[in-house]
Amino acid sequence: MLSLFNQYLPESLAIVLTALVGAGLVVSFMGVSALMFIWAERKISARMQDRLGPTRTGKFGLLQSLADGIKLITKEDFAPDGADRVLFRAAPYLAFCAAFAGFIALPFGSGVAVQTLSIGAFFMLAVLSSEVFGVMLAGYASGSKWALFGGMREAAQVVSYEVPRSICVLVPICIAGTLNLTTIGQQQVGGFWNWYVFHDPFTFVAFIIFFIVATASCKRAPFDLAEAESELVAGFHTEYSGIRWSYFFMAEYGSMFAMSGLAAMLFLGGWHTGVLPYEPTVAFGPWLGVPLNACVVIGKGTLLVIVMMWMRWSLPRLRIDQVMMTCLKYFLPISCVLLLGVCVWQLYVPKLVGDGVKWVLAGSTIASILGVSVSLFRPLQHAPAGQLPGAWGK
Amino acid sequence: MNVNLNEIVFLIVATTVAVSAVGVVTSKSIVRSAVWLLLTLIGISFVYFLLGAEFLGAAHLIVYVGGTLVLVVFGVMLTAGGPFTTLANHRWEWVVGVAVAILLFGILVAASLQLGASTPSPTGNMPGTGSLGLAFLGVPDPASKVSTSYLLPFEIVSVHLLVVLIGAAYLARAKKRAKPHD
Repeated sequence: MLSLFNQYLPESLAIVLTALVGAGLVVSFMGVSALMFIWAERKISARMQDRLGPTRTGKFGLLQSLADGIKLITKEDFAPDGADRVLFRAAPYLAFCAAFAGFIALPFGSGVAVQTLSIGAFFMLAVLSSEVFGVMLAGYASGSKWALFGGMREAAQVVSYEVPRSICVLVPICIAGTLNLTTIGQQQVGGFWNWYVFHDPFTFVAFIIFFIVATASCKRAPFDLAEAESELVAGFHTEYSGIRWSYFFMAEYGSMFAMSGLAAMLFLGGWHTGVLPYEPTVAFGPWLGVPLNACVVIGKGTLLVIVMMWMRWSLPRLRIDQVMMTCLKYFLPISCVLLLGVCVWQLYVPKLVGDGVKWVLAGSTIASILGVSVSLFRPLQHAPAGQLPGAWGK
Repeated sequence: MNVNLNEIVFLIVATTVAVSAVGVVTSKSIVRSAVWLLLTLIGISFVYFLLGAEFLGAAHLIVYVGGTLVLVVFGVMLTAGGPFTTLANHRWEWVVGVAVAILLFGILVAASLQLGASTPSPTGNMPGTGSLGLAFLGVPDPASKVSTSYLLPFEIVSVHLLVVLIGAAYLARAKKRAKPHD
């Protein structure tokens, strides 16, 4: 794109224009995806609780988030009396900027990133971890004890979960030998058995641990202690309303997608479908390959975000001491063992054994996913009136 | 008019850093100065990114913004209330502080003027972090065949940090209370 603008404009203007286009794309992607994710969250939670969810606004209630957005924009924007006004107003933008900056390094295809950084994975970790600052400031500046408690919990939680998260990211990095997310994606070309999640047992466990820890660092349930409704009213955003409140949610859904995208890039083959044995942009040309790649990345990210929602509505919230204990007593030692294990595996395991384990892992995962899907889509057994079907009937 | 984009961006970033650095020392509330410090540190990491030192910039972000500054604000939040949330400086503290700052600034300007203009490498490639990583491990650099090992000093520093951590945990541990058995 830079070269396209360069043909018509002086170089410095072209760079500025390219940056503006990139930033605009990311902001609109975050906005639209937040709208869709909020709708999906409401629908999924409704279906899991045997409700219908939004139905009145548009087909399947698809326009619900848009209607909510219009309502939020028109709401009064006020700060409570005891609040530190400047910080109170600035905090949502800080949180949003951190989630936004995480997308700079996330590639949506081979070389399709706002900026291909040689240390993309490290940059994403660094930037996404600074989102906590906005939340803490919101908690402090609100001048409310609930918000302060929420902010403090968030700080303690995110700072501790950062450590196992970074170590889990190191596990595939050890195999890839680079921090460049584009190169890591290119290394996983071919079938799904080449994805790093199936490389060895350690990366397989590391993916699961990383996903849980990423959920915790996005302050999603069951780790949403910062906004625990049952104890803290709404935690750090108790005093917020209107558009500033919705910036926090854009930031939350943005960082959820960024984390899922990072997981997809590091473990799940990036923009590769897992079926095509070649690089799509090379085989189909850029006009067909790039949209396909972007769709695959967005699809994988969305899938992981939906799993996060599924976890949120299935699992009860932990207590704050349980959250800290899970991190420091379990996830931290486990991730250290995984890091050591993957190094030993890389150094000492012969290629034949490694390939065999890779095939077994990939095959058994696919088989179990297929088995679950088949059992899900079996027609319902009809129960006699007044009784439940299946195992419940006996 | 020859507009150099790098210089414009650098000017914007440097102004932000300078203004927010003044904000750190002049603001009365500790949390406000932490926020000014946040702007300063982010600006400095932007300078690193502008210079092409991406690794240094990201490390700066993760260590100072994601770690140190969060801990500062966390500490303020835990100890908030009482005389420590606002700072009031005496007049003589201002005089000493400004004098030290001017002295330091003078030394830095003198040192950077001695360095002179940088000479870009003939290939145009920015030096990466690869050679630094190899130097840490004592592996000879493939380009220059120079073998340097920073592994021992690095390990000594890390063990020192570990000792400090254990010491802090020892000092902060819950003291056993001699409670009468009931």
